[in-house]
Amino acid sequence: MEKRVVFRSAWLPYALVAPQIAITLIFFFWPAAQAVWYSFQLQDAFGLRSQFVGLQNFFTLFRDPGYLHSFRVTAVFSVLVAVAGIAISLLLAVMADRVVRGAVGYRTLLIWPYAVAPAVAGVLYAFLFAPSIGIVTYALRGMGVHWNWIINGDQAMLLVVMAAVWNQISYNFVFFLAGLQSIPRSLIEAAAIDGAGPMRRFWSVVFPLLSPTTFFLLVVNVVYAFFGTFGIIDATTQGGPGQDTQILVYKVYHDGVKAADLGGSSAQSVILMFIVIALTVVQFRFVERRVQY
Amino acid sequence: MLKRTIALAIGTAMMAGTAHAQTNIQWWHSMGGALGEALNGLADKFNASQKDYKIVTTYKGSYPESMTAAIAAFRAGNAPHLLQVFEVGTATMMAAKGAIVPVATVMRNANEPFDPKAYLPTVTGYYTDLQGNMLSFPFNSSTVMFYINKDAFKKAGLDPNKAPRTWKELRAAADKLKGAGQGCVYTTSWPSWMHIENFSAWHNVPIGTKQNGMGGLDTEFTINSPLHVRHISMLADMSQKGLFTYAGRTNQGDAKFSSGECAMFSGSAGAQAGIKKAAKFDWSMHFIPYHDDVKGAPQNSIIGGASVWVMGGKKPDEYKGVAKFLAFLSRPEIQMEWHTKTGYVPITKASYELTRKSGFYDKNPGADLPVRQLTNKEPTANSKGLRFGNFVQGRTVIEEELEAVFSGKKDAKAGLDDAVRRGNDILRQFEAANK
Repeated sequence: MEKRVVFRSAWLPYALVAPQIAITLIFFFWPAAQAVWYSFQLQDAFGLRSQFVGLQNFFTLFRDPGYLHSFRVTAVFSVLVAVAGIAISLLLAVMADRVVRGAVGYRTLLIWPYAVAPAVAGVLYAFLFAPSIGIVTYALRGMGVHWNWIINGDQAMLLVVMAAVWNQISYNFVFFLAGLQSIPRSLIEAAAIDGAGPMRRFWSVVFPLLSPTTFFLLVVNVVYAFFGTFGIIDATTQGGPGQDTQILVYKVYHDGVKAADLGGSSAQSVILMFIVIALTVVQFRFVERRVQY
Repeated sequence: MLKRTIALAIGTAMMAGTAHAQTNIQWWHSMGGALGEALNGLADKFNASQKDYKIVTTYKGSYPESMTAAIAAFRAGNAPHLLQVFEVGTATMMAAKGAIVPVATVMRNANEPFDPKAYLPTVTGYYTDLQGNMLSFPFNSSTVMFYINKDAFKKAGLDPNKAPRTWKELRAAADKLKGAGQGCVYTTSWPSWMHIENFSAWHNVPIGTKQNGMGGLDTEFTINSPLHVRHISMLADMSQKGLFTYAGRTNQGDAKFSSGECAMFSGSAGAQAGIKKAAKFDWSMHFIPYHDDVKGAPQNSIIGGASVWVMGGKKPDEYKGVAKFLAFLSRPEIQMEWHTKTGYVPITKASYELTRKSGFYDKNPGADLPVRQLTNKEPTANSKGLRFGNFVQGRTVIEEELEAVFSGKKDAKAGLDDAVRRGNDILRQFEAANK
């Protein structure tokens, strides 16, 4: 039986959604339209002169090896963040699900990092791993590891991935834990009676039942790695060394805000917009249908 | 009752506002900490000296941040009257005709005396157009200096009173320091400013065509010359051997030196204040090293720091106040106060003389080294300064390529070739946008 609420008045439902529509129009559609418009223009920093240049900004972008490099960096970064984030949080969720005593305490502690803003997480990691004063750097030096992400691109990537994963684990953890708790005990018990060991039970029963959650988290984590990690990058590497951690969204910021190249920056955000649209379509087409709320 | 109190408060506030009839002049700046206090001190002094105008200072974050904020404010129609812009933003501001008013024009319209010749030539060169009009007001100028940790030199068996003067000597000292167990031997702040921009001026080689961009927007970078390649590959080699530690793109090197971690360091003359405060060792400041087989070297170094730009679209009366304030800032005694408090170089000849006569340099030996390095020789087309469109982005490109070289990903030639190619793309884009 489906429940339906019927409004008596014709305008009331529209009035109720109007604030949300207005916010969406002003803060999402209007800037997006402006970005599209700017992406066809060549402008000086102060907006005193602008000329219509068609698709030139886009051609320039795809001729720029730096931009293509940024695509590769983003790909590496988001795969690392999504895979590591999901794997670690799944492990933690399975562990926390088994804990009998003090379960609430463990859970709270594991969810805590989500309350930390990405920029703060970035600063935290930047201090811990600072090349000359960081406490972890000091420990690493004791072990004979030369740690300097200011100049070593791979270490810089590792640093931002660690910070981003740490910040995101809690979110994944909550979803996995909820997923685990909604799996009927009877299925696992039946498998146990059939003689399946704990590993076998996990991979053959639990993991397949978690697959909608995992797929949902995969999309969410990729989106997070693409856009939500800006604060972490800005607070630590700022895209360096070289361009080794310059993900697409950071390049948009750098070129548009710091370097005052509005046309090129807008063209990049238009491309990013298409990526988000694609990701959203994937999520709605494949994820929303399968996840049961 | 409450209503009446509020009404009264508002009334009083309004009366207070009208009674003075002061014109507020907004000044956005990027001077944090002790420098900000010194800047506010200047504004307070001006405000106390007359009643018609009030300078309102606002700290807007780092140089790029305050410039971005001002650009956004200009687009929204409420830019400040005065804006402190760092030297790499000069070309962008200069090209923004309509957004800015040349300082020379402001002073002429207000009948305030103003003589560009009173300034040091390396300073004026930076902020003057080809017709000789001073476009922005030089405010805080520094240059890059070379520092050594004398205690570390002593420990390594080196003469602490003989700092390396050439790169060859620096290399020899570096080997000895390393041998004596020094973890970080040499580091630098502002890698592009020191090792590309000042390096070029100091050796009298161009950074770009058209007099380093001062002669027109159709300039191109020339920082992949054999001398540049040789210098950067020397640094890359030192980096591989643990003789040079890369610290980052801005002033991260300062802390590495003042904490005693690094024994030799190149950084802004403005770093002195911080070193004086933090260093628990004996140190000294010197001219930056040069390659002694290059003819004409050392030439003179170029400035860094910032100038004050007057923004357009304000009322005539407000410009009068701006002119009065700039005239106030040019006074030798005010310049001297700023110079001695902050460590920035004195930018007029008169204030330099005044500081010398006051005995400041006798009490603080070496405090005049930055000025002497800036005026080491009569500046040439290669050492007057530089003016590249969108150089905020251009400098980032140079630094990215330097990082690729220092980390061993590219050799010096490939890195500098790429820097030139990518830098020129930015210059062409700027040229097209500002036609």
